Amino acid sequence: MQERTFEAKKENLTDVLSFTEAFLEQMDCPPKAVMAVDLALEEVYVNVCFYAYPDVEGVSPEKKDATATVVLKAGADNRSVQITLKDHGVPYNPLGKNDPDITLSAEQRDIGGLGIFLVKKYMDDVSYEYRGGENCLTLTKNW
Amino acid sequence: MKINKTQNEGVLTIALTGRLDTMTAPDLDAELKHSLDDVAELVFDMKELQYISSAGLRVLLSAQKAMNKQGSMKVINISDEIREIFEVTGFIDILTIE
Repeated sequence: MQERTFEAKKENLTDVLSFTEAFLEQMDCPPKAVMAVDLALEEVYVNVCFYAYPDVEGVSPEKKDATATVVLKAGADNRSVQITLKDHGVPYNPLGKNDPDITLSAEQRDIGGLGIFLVKKYMDDVSYEYRGGENCLTLTKNW
Repeated sequence: MKINKTQNEGVLTIALTGRLDTMTAPDLDAELKHSLDDVAELVFDMKELQYISSAGLRVLLSAQKAMNKQGSMKVINISDEIREIFEVTGFIDILTIE
């Protein structure tokens, strides 16, 4: 298992992905699965950066110690990975939203919800839990 | 990500290299905002594009909407991985892919 805490800002996206990719590389994860994990983790990490720590009542995200923690666990026989993203911001279950209607035309399309939809499509399992004052979103990818 | 623009009369070709993600999508969005005047056809060449996330899809959708008003848009040379993302999200039906 590996765990690292990042300041929750989008500029750290590359570091979050590099940390995770290095772990996947040690597991001999195939490139297709690495890309799927990148895609899903980008969406959920960026959501935390944008929404978990709103700048309200004069308290800036920095002062709230805005962080996101990535926990990586290898599955049995190195054939899967479990990634948990934790933050102590506003309680929010991203899985509560309806999936977007992907059959609409360009003019009718609203881009909202597409990120989390991609997460669900590219991961084998996604689960959310609010535990000990933290949002915990767990992604599982098999290969 | 690298953005390489080639304009030939009314046809603007934008070749993308690298990753179109949360960090780089704003660059492409900004580039498009001041590049589309007098463009009748917009072509995205994705031969060297390795990755696209929802932030990138958002920029493609707004480009498609802009071009619907003034001409046409197409996407060329996509990899199998990017094709799959377009399929999963229904973008395969919104975009013209060659």
